[in-house]
Amino acid sequence: MRVRRVLTRWLVTLGVLHGIVGFAGFFAPYDPVEQDRKSPYLPPMRFHLIDGQGHFHARPFVYALKLREGSFDRYVENTTEPQPVRFFMKGARYRLLGFLPCRRHLFGLENTRIYLLGTDAYGRDQLSRLLFGGQVSLLAGLLGAGITLSIGLCIGAVAGSFGGWRDSLLMRLAELFMALPWLYVLFAIRAFLPLAVSPLRAFFLIITVIGIVGWARPARLVRGVVLSAKERDFVRAARGFGATHGYLFRRHILPETSSVLLTQAAILIPQYVLAEMTLSFLGLGVPEPVPSWGNLLSSLQQYSVLVSYWWIYLPALAMVPFFLGYLGLASSLQERGAAYKIESRIWGI
Amino acid sequence: MKRVTANLKCCWICPTVLLSLFVFVGPPAIAFPQEKITKEELLVLPGEVGRPGGRLVVSLRGEPKTLNPLIAADARSREVIGVMQADLVHINRARQQTEPALAKSWKISPDGLSYTIVLRQGLKFSDGQPLDADDVLFTFRVYLDENVHAPQRDLLIVSGKPITVRKADAHTVVFQLAKTYGVGERLFDGLAILPRHLLEKPYQEGKLGQSGSLATAADQWAGLGPFRLKEYVAGQRLVLERNPYYWKSDAQGNRLPYVDELVFLFVPNADAQVLKFQSGETDMISQLGAENFSVLSRQQRGYTMTDAGPGLEYNFLFFNLNDAGEKTSPEMQRKQKWFREVKFRQAVSAAVDREAIVRLVYQGRGAALWGLVAPGNRRWGNEKLPHPAWSFERARALLKEAGFSWSNGPNGESTLLDSDGKPVEFSILTSSSNADRAKMAALMQDDLKQLGMRVQVVPLESRSLLDRVTQSRDYDACIMGIASYDADPNSDISVWLSSGGLHLWNPSQAHPATPWEAEIDRLIEEQMSARTFEQRKKLYDRAQEILAENQPMIFLASPNILAGAKNSIGNFRPAVLEPYVLWNVEQLYLKNGTENATR
Repeated sequence: MRVRRVLTRWLVTLGVLHGIVGFAGFFAPYDPVEQDRKSPYLPPMRFHLIDGQGHFHARPFVYALKLREGSFDRYVENTTEPQPVRFFMKGARYRLLGFLPCRRHLFGLENTRIYLLGTDAYGRDQLSRLLFGGQVSLLAGLLGAGITLSIGLCIGAVAGSFGGWRDSLLMRLAELFMALPWLYVLFAIRAFLPLAVSPLRAFFLIITVIGIVGWARPARLVRGVVLSAKERDFVRAARGFGATHGYLFRRHILPETSSVLLTQAAILIPQYVLAEMTLSFLGLGVPEPVPSWGNLLSSLQQYSVLVSYWWIYLPALAMVPFFLGYLGLASSLQERGAAYKIESRIWGI
Repeated sequence: MKRVTANLKCCWICPTVLLSLFVFVGPPAIAFPQEKITKEELLVLPGEVGRPGGRLVVSLRGEPKTLNPLIAADARSREVIGVMQADLVHINRARQQTEPALAKSWKISPDGLSYTIVLRQGLKFSDGQPLDADDVLFTFRVYLDENVHAPQRDLLIVSGKPITVRKADAHTVVFQLAKTYGVGERLFDGLAILPRHLLEKPYQEGKLGQSGSLATAADQWAGLGPFRLKEYVAGQRLVLERNPYYWKSDAQGNRLPYVDELVFLFVPNADAQVLKFQSGETDMISQLGAENFSVLSRQQRGYTMTDAGPGLEYNFLFFNLNDAGEKTSPEMQRKQKWFREVKFRQAVSAAVDREAIVRLVYQGRGAALWGLVAPGNRRWGNEKLPHPAWSFERARALLKEAGFSWSNGPNGESTLLDSDGKPVEFSILTSSSNADRAKMAALMQDDLKQLGMRVQVVPLESRSLLDRVTQSRDYDACIMGIASYDADPNSDISVWLSSGGLHLWNPSQAHPATPWEAEIDRLIEEQMSARTFEQRKKLYDRAQEILAENQPMIFLASPNILAGAKNSIGNFRPAVLEPYVLWNVEQLYLKNGTENATR
């Protein structure tokens, strides 16, 4: 019971986090590629409740930031005019979940622009970029893991149920794939592709490449489960009653692999998000101006950005809760798997 | 090499320090009892008198490839060679005018075809061997020898014929040209006079290319520059020591250079240069990006940053206008139909927010650019060149005139269509190692999106970028930057001429592809042989106008020259010409010499 509660807690946390990123258009105040050329490297604005005269405002407000005279990246707060934050404002057009045309945003300002996480070199809103970038990175992780697990399941099941030379061949191949230095393989594959690829094509390319490279480990795990399941008593019994190969596989063997697959998914997704980030950080991922967590961080390769603008680091912090969530989920899934096995031993389910 | 390394420590403390004490502490007459100073015709430099001694440390982005001026092609080698060698006539980097160097004086014949150059008397190479007219003769023979493949050879060919050199007496040399040459004595700048006594043998054996490697023993290499080779540690540093026979002195008669040693540290990139300077390991820094400049300016501790004003670097976008004939893919043919349309190029130019580039890329330390001559060039820019303002309306009108149209998407975004109804999409290449140009590309991408063009930016490693542009010629558009090495139009000749290798949109043409390219060729060639500045300027102005009308290069912006030095460095005056801070290296001195010398 305790295991199930923990599991639910992790699932809810992850659901909320993914929901925020999934509805990025609503939570982000602006279009992520829109440049505000008057505000490059603007630091994050702060919410206020009490203004300069000591008056309390029920509605939180921010102060607009203006470039300091003669400077190009230093700002001063304009404390004479508090800008109250408006909720459910109409703003830039976007498509909710990719298809619903919409204009409402959670918050915004009436007269000027609000930058809660500051802006980048072109004056683009970091918060909007972070949320929309999350869509790219997380989707890459989810789809990549999906591809890996389907390939892994197929190969593992074939190797486990047929055995013999097919098994040895597939497993040697898996060992070969595990020994590959995948980052360099990705570099090499990316280098062979045409120079200019549209953001969408680049995105699917990365997913496919990441997804295909990692199948070996899940395939080996699935093979192990299939091998042991084949010899279980109830499978033998079913076979004795005349069950066909296909029926046995569908009804008895495949369900056995589900806990392994789920745990693997929870481990692989953050790994693949990180892989996408690495590629984008190095300029091999989704091209500008489309945001992803990797290319949000890539400007940190410059020393001047590294020492001058601390808010550019924030996207690195944003992924921490996601990673924690997935790792927590993986460990509780593992626990559940272990508990399930013990229970099934005891009760003979 | 190991031998040299082992010698380093003791060697530079004892002999050089002793030597410098001898040379500088006492009055010159005592320091050189047996040398006849009167016979040596030193060049006396005006300006602040410094104090001798100490060492100066600067950083280089990577290692120089060679010390040999005959094979040096990379900027780092040239920077090092610049302080080890000297030329007959030199362009003063601050005034951008010529001044006497090894040549005491020169005379140009009335017909402008022969230059008589008189050498200074009593000069010596850095190994103590005397310099005379035979060294000059040998130098130019080597430069002009086709088998040597010296990069200087092209400069010495005037209207198809090599310059001839004749010795009049031991200190007088006559250069004969086939045609009048507008560049005049500027021609001699940067042409290092080589030591015949060291190079004649390798030259006869055909081994000149092998001499002057960095591993050369210090006593096997010599020059006429302010510094001579002392020690090279692979991957770490190159140490040069003061040339005791250098031919310049300050206003008080002290022989230059002031510092005993000049050290070049090899670092991997610009950020590493900034870190070394910030930590005090190097004394000066130049070729700084605006963002690094503002990082260093924010916390000035013991150093001062200087903005020397607009330089000679020009950044531009160009489209692929090569004619590959039948090999061109259908897609490329379609794209080139747009690129060849002058109104399309003018529209792109009108849509570029140059002011935003200056603000966001250069943090205001730069200038918007509408022509090839950068604002740092005070004499040659065409003031009448139009500076059309940033305007999407004008861009749209131009595109409409050229037969383009727009289709509206569901989200209110519009797509530009060509006369065949196909969307306008292309990619822009930039060098992945240059953050400034990548930023320009991102800004342009956004500007062109307003016109409905779908542009992708492709960062590429700079070597393969150049390869694509000049060799395989497989690209749509590209952003590049070129820094002229001199204010004279001569330095950009290979950009202007349709036969030039840097005529990037369609390099090394056999015949000019368009009438306006032919016209530019004619103007530039005529300008080269014009006699007076006014004549040349008029022709050059016209060439600039034609370039601006046709927009084969869409000029973007020109960065300021930014540099910095420790406060203890005297006479630090960065120039807008290369080498930005080392041009007056012989006059640089340490105000409190002991501190640096002991480190």
